[in-house]
Amino acid sequence: MLNLIWLVLLTSGIIVAAWHGNIEVVTEAALKAAHDAVEVCMNLVGIMALWLGIMKIAESGGLIKALARLLRPLMIRLFPSVPPHHPAMGAIILNLSANVLGLGNAATPFGMKAMQGLQELNPHPGVASDAMCTFLALNTSCITLLPATIIGVRASFNSVNPTEIVGPCILATAASMTVGVTLDYLFRRRNRQRRE
Amino acid sequence: MLVNALNSISQWAIPLLLLIIPIYGFIKKVPVYEKFVEGAEEGFHTAVRIIPFLVGMMVAISVFRASGAMQVLADLIKPVTDLIGAPAEIVPLAVMRPLSGSGVLGMATELMRVYGPDSFIGRLASVMQGTTDTTFFVLTVYFGSVGITRYRYSVLIGLSADITGFLAALFLCHHVFG
Repeated sequence: MLNLIWLVLLTSGIIVAAWHGNIEVVTEAALKAAHDAVEVCMNLVGIMALWLGIMKIAESGGLIKALARLLRPLMIRLFPSVPPHHPAMGAIILNLSANVLGLGNAATPFGMKAMQGLQELNPHPGVASDAMCTFLALNTSCITLLPATIIGVRASFNSVNPTEIVGPCILATAASMTVGVTLDYLFRRRNRQRRE
Repeated sequence: MLVNALNSISQWAIPLLLLIIPIYGFIKKVPVYEKFVEGAEEGFHTAVRIIPFLVGMMVAISVFRASGAMQVLADLIKPVTDLIGAPAEIVPLAVMRPLSGSGVLGMATELMRVYGPDSFIGRLASVMQGTTDTTFFVLTVYFGSVGITRYRYSVLIGLSADITGFLAALFLCHHVFG
């Protein structure tokens, strides 16, 4: 599926550019994006190091385990294939909490840590596991209590009430999260039935 | 009131985490600096590992967008979005939402500059910006960090959630802001 999406994005772009007679945009866009991608990762290096360093301290002290124990009833329902005491559970909780608080740059490192934990349990290393799919379904549709960036933009254009969009944002995200988690549950159940 | 509270949470969260976790570790007799460095090293390797995945995905998305192919797709789905009462100006934003976070922010900012933040389009663009994450970025980075190339049904779920988010944003903006 991903191979096809990637191929369509790239080739349809080149064909449309040729059709419009401005093929030169392709070169410029491709080279600039390649450069930007490395820059994104380089920006991540420091942030990742900082947060995973702090997380290691919390983990060594047992804080992450305590957090995971607190939310265990919910987590074992969402992630039945992950042992309740597995460190991935703690990382997933940290990632989702950071997302909810709008701490995007802390969320990514915790999320990668969670993925590493889930990968340890993955029987087919190149293929996404059920638990990973559930985690990313939650992650891509996760609620942010305060969408700070867009509120800033609204304020900069002299909005009468820059924060009036917070309520609708939370409700719309709740709707998309419900659909994401429900679909994930249905996919998992279908796969389980096929295996049996 | 609520927003002020949320604002101060955002401001205080990081300093407090940086204060409490090391003190907690010290009390628990963790060699805090050594453990920090140990964790930080993992972070470094992970960030470098995702470079090839992100280059591949960002190049394809960027070519798709810059060439005008994204606009073609937006024009193609316009009959459907007209039917549900979405303004034509918003459609490219909806197509961009799962592909590029910085792209969406740029487009939403431009719409607000042109139509004003308190117009229907401005509000709808704001809600869409604040709803759901950039699906392809998250999938690329998260799966890339552990070397997974087969995403199974994740793409489908992510895109369904994005479409739901868009429909919900449209519905809510119509009803809340009228």
